[in-house]
Amino acid sequence: MGKTISEKILSNKSGTDAKAGQIVLAKIDRAMSHDGNRPIPLDIWKDLGGKKIFDPKNYILIIDHSAPSPVESISNVHKKMRQYAKQLNLKLFDVGEGVCHQIMVEKGLALPGELIIGSDSHTCTYGALNLFATGMGSTDIAMAIAEGKQWFRVPETIRIILNGELPKGVFSKDLILYLVGKLGADGANYMALEFSGEGLKSIDMEERFTITNMAVEMGAKVGIMEPDEIMIKWVKERTKKIFELIYPDPDAKYLETVIVDLSKLSPYISSPHQVENALPIEEVLGTHIDQGFIGSCTNGRLADLRIAAKILSENNVYPNFRLIIIPASKEILLNAEKEGLIKTFLNAGALISVPGCGPCAGNHMGIPADGERVISTSNRNFKGRMGNRNAEVFLASPATVAATAIKGKITDPREFLKD
Amino acid sequence: MELKGKVHKFGDNISTDDIIAGKYKNRILSPDELATHIMENIDPKFYSKIKKGDFIVAGKNFGLGSSRETAPLVILKSGIPCVIAKSFARIFYRNSINIGLLLLISPNTDYIKNGDEIEIDIERSMIKDITQNKDIAFDPVPKFMFKVIMEGGLVHHFKTHGGFFFGNEEEV
Repeated sequence: MGKTISEKILSNKSGTDAKAGQIVLAKIDRAMSHDGNRPIPLDIWKDLGGKKIFDPKNYILIIDHSAPSPVESISNVHKKMRQYAKQLNLKLFDVGEGVCHQIMVEKGLALPGELIIGSDSHTCTYGALNLFATGMGSTDIAMAIAEGKQWFRVPETIRIILNGELPKGVFSKDLILYLVGKLGADGANYMALEFSGEGLKSIDMEERFTITNMAVEMGAKVGIMEPDEIMIKWVKERTKKIFELIYPDPDAKYLETVIVDLSKLSPYISSPHQVENALPIEEVLGTHIDQGFIGSCTNGRLADLRIAAKILSENNVYPNFRLIIIPASKEILLNAEKEGLIKTFLNAGALISVPGCGPCAGNHMGIPADGERVISTSNRNFKGRMGNRNAEVFLASPATVAATAIKGKITDPREFLKD
Repeated sequence: MELKGKVHKFGDNISTDDIIAGKYKNRILSPDELATHIMENIDPKFYSKIKKGDFIVAGKNFGLGSSRETAPLVILKSGIPCVIAKSFARIFYRNSINIGLLLLISPNTDYIKNGDEIEIDIERSMIKDITQNKDIAFDPVPKFMFKVIMEGGLVHHFKTHGGFFFGNEEEV
């Protein structure tokens, strides 16, 4: 019997013939933690009598969730992370370097064939690079960084085959919102999502991360893509290391196969307060909106900023509408500045903030007022997600958020992308 | 350990953001203080309604979303030792075992009403709904998992046994 990509990677890393449903003890290649966990995994590791980290250069610390810090308690967590990094010789990316997941994929810290765990649910983002990456809690990470191992239930796989090309004004974000709506918030609980098909060729690497990023919004353990030339080129620009590509066997066993014709998709919106409340934009057009956010590990990349800038280049942000734009990393910010995108945003009346998670999780900035509505390119719209239980959050693509910022109400981005 | 108390009923898809909002989990470092904000997005007065030993009973996909381990931790710290649901999200499930919160899976949680008095019989995998005089089955809890939970989670287990055992019930 053939194997899925997940079964192959977990077989390689556990030295067993891993099949869906089994539990394996597998060696991890890398682990990542940020400043949003309480307790931070290193405190648990220390409490357990931790003496060394399995491989110091492969436990990455990133300060992004509340960066710069808004309050003393968080400042002290940041300070402690810096102390641990120094003492244990760990690589730490400090305030302003960017969102953890963007840093991992951008700095060559996530490579094909690897097994990576992170103390963040959106660790599944890296799967677009053909690897097994999943989120866990602090205790699981603490155990893993001591031993270099962790237990995994080998997931069943749902195969998603993408055909056709996305129409103008429709993006990978619309695709993934559509899929979350179709499969539901628990449609892939404990499972792997494996993406393949001709349609992938029309989606560049930056846009692919948006898809795997939101695999967890269907409960999936991982979202993994088949390798192709686009992916290989991207990885080779970021590492000199040799890596192994993992393809599924032709006779691999899938729980279900979902075929999506990309050419049939239109802009999608997730309406409050669940991601699975995904609707074609027509159903919410004209809804009044007070604030927009373009950024996060889902949609803060250069391609996202380019399309937003294109839409905003000859238009201004609606009066009293706050459009917050946060590049997902310093590298993206520098490139956006070089391309003149930042100037476009500022001239249009948008505001730019420090690379990091920004207002996504209500930690430290951009908190909406009572009764306000926000449209965001991030990945969650749960009640109170952005810091106020009396506000509403809609999720959309960067193009839709930019178009909405111009009109002050939910607007179809295709209005601005006609030529 | 006696598992007997009153039911607080919740619906489907209760997220870890619902259980403990991001605005608190990052800045409040004391788990006991954090627990006072439990479920605030859904019911700002929820903490004051909890009596030690009470239960949360919910629908499907309880604990979806963020990997925050503080979500099961605030439930435990608020005095609730056990959550019963139709299903749990993956990361929340792992985190709960790790910090010592008992999770029971039962497809029949719809039968249990808010405010019911219930008692859990682990041996028989049965929930006794005292208010309704009804027995409701749940999926058996693996012995090693129950042991880890009762010992207060993985860290306590690790300290007690001087190591990390791996699912081998013979060793337990």
